[in-house]
Amino acid sequence: MPNTATDRSGDNVRRTKATVGLARRYWDNRYLLILMLPGLIYFVVFKYVPIYGLIIAFKDYNFFQGVWNSPWVGLEVFKELFKTPSFWEVFRNTIIISGLEFIFGFPAPIVFALLLNEVVNVGAKKAFQTISYLPHFVSWVILGGLFLQFFSPSIGPINIALKALGAKPIYFLADPKWFRAVLVSTDIWKAIGWGSIIYLAALSSIDPELYEAAALDGAGRWARTRYITLPSLYPVITIMLILATGNLVSDNFDQVFNLYNSAVYSVGDVMSTYMYRKGLEGMEYSSAAAVGLFNNIISFTLVIMANKIVKHFNEYGIW
Amino acid sequence: MKRKPIAAKKLKPSDAPFTIVNYAIMIMLSITTLYPFIFLITSSFSALDMSLGGLSIIPRQFTFSNYERVFANPNVGIGYRNTIIRTILGTSLSLLVTFCLAYALSKKTFPNRNLWTGLVVFTMFFSGGMIPSYLLVKNLKLIDSMWALILPELVSAYNFVIVRNYMQTIPQSLEESAKIDGANDITIMFRIILPVCKPILATIALWVAVWHWNAWFDCMVYISSQKGQVMQLVMRRIVMLGSSDQLTQMEGQSHDFFTPEGIKAATILVATVPIVCVYPFIQKYFVKGVLVGSLKG
Repeated sequence: MPNTATDRSGDNVRRTKATVGLARRYWDNRYLLILMLPGLIYFVVFKYVPIYGLIIAFKDYNFFQGVWNSPWVGLEVFKELFKTPSFWEVFRNTIIISGLEFIFGFPAPIVFALLLNEVVNVGAKKAFQTISYLPHFVSWVILGGLFLQFFSPSIGPINIALKALGAKPIYFLADPKWFRAVLVSTDIWKAIGWGSIIYLAALSSIDPELYEAAALDGAGRWARTRYITLPSLYPVITIMLILATGNLVSDNFDQVFNLYNSAVYSVGDVMSTYMYRKGLEGMEYSSAAAVGLFNNIISFTLVIMANKIVKHFNEYGIW
Repeated sequence: MKRKPIAAKKLKPSDAPFTIVNYAIMIMLSITTLYPFIFLITSSFSALDMSLGGLSIIPRQFTFSNYERVFANPNVGIGYRNTIIRTILGTSLSLLVTFCLAYALSKKTFPNRNLWTGLVVFTMFFSGGMIPSYLLVKNLKLIDSMWALILPELVSAYNFVIVRNYMQTIPQSLEESAKIDGANDITIMFRIILPVCKPILATIALWVAVWHWNAWFDCMVYISSQKGQVMQLVMRRIVMLGSSDQLTQMEGQSHDFFTPEGIKAATILVATVPIVCVYPFIQKYFVKGVLVGSLKG
């Protein structure tokens, strides 16, 4: 018994010492602390307060009572949400659109990088590269306006060509049959060049001697790509794959918001646009926050799972 | 590029079909990328309806009047002014805060360094999202203020990580001599670390500036007054909602040649041209940033 007492007091002394030590260390770094403070305050106020604010998904939020004082309702908001058919429609749209963008959009920059890498002429290569980056710098508001004209049934060049061939014009942006195709193709169109940067960098770091040796062994272009180029890209592809997994349930608000209209809600309305209309236009804050939280939890879980699974197979996880 | 000599040497006749096909694909892709922009440029200089001209990329009856209409609109001037202010103010503040935070957390001696860094990095993967952020800005009484466009996205966790990683590659010895001379951390940061970090800070500055230039959603949600609108949103109102009082009010003056489509196209281009003009010069910094950032994803 006395033994434990001394042990405990010793523990206390050690703990106080540790606290004093920590305070001391902060004091020693007081200038760094001052430098860190504005950034830290920013992250607490503008990032962590909104995370805390997600608790309104479990409350009946009203603006006058505020986040803290609004009454708790438990899972009522979620129950209500899960009963709404439009929520599931939006959820399905998000998964289908993101899924298609993943299937076609994930390999696209890899293929582009591989092909670009085979362009021998340095000037031509640079030109193709610079052109392919262009759409990345243009916002979806501008592209929204641009595609509105480009896909227009009256003045859009695609429809002019269709009409010249004797076909009926297609209302790409107002026809539920076409709208998802427009979303997926314009997404790839915007991202393909920029997405290839990271693969091109990995390609340029491959030791040329490997190719020389392979060429001596009589390996053709396909064999060299298959056995040298692709394996050297695996680490980058893996990391990009993990990050892409998190996007499987997140949608591109800017894109959808600037291209959609009520005629294509049934196929094109996604989680974020739904959340926007519900929350910021309809002022159903609790319900919209619940949509956001639901989405957030799924994508966070997906990233963690993808990271785990990948680590199981090779060592290239993101943490 | 390193491969060039071998590849050139190995260009046997059997390689020719591949090379031709590959170039064809690349040229097709480039045309696909450029054509929508070219179409827009043509449309903006046309005095007549483009639909009658087929797929030609030569303007139908060349005119500047579409552009004259756009610049006659006072909202365009207001939008430009606000965009420039938010870009300059937002970028400089963002750089300052990011730089200071990254410097403090790049120090191995800083207590609980990993905890603080983790706190920042976590926000990359989990966020409150649209609704709580909106309520926060509203509660802080920032609605209808320029600060609502600058503060909510002041520091990006990703940029923070890039700058911090870069700082960690700076040799310790550089600072130690200054420390012996009695300089404190703040002096060291501005006198010694800042000049070394110039390239990475330039990269981040361009990222943030382009982000600010292209931002519109925050303005749509937080700013209701006409005087506070940014260029992207002014453009959006004219092009998408077709609302444009100025489009209809112009309909009366028939002595000029213009089309609603032409005016829309000209508006889009007025909002786009500055960014497209600088992009070939800044893209190499952008690329560098992507690569530095990916070293430790």
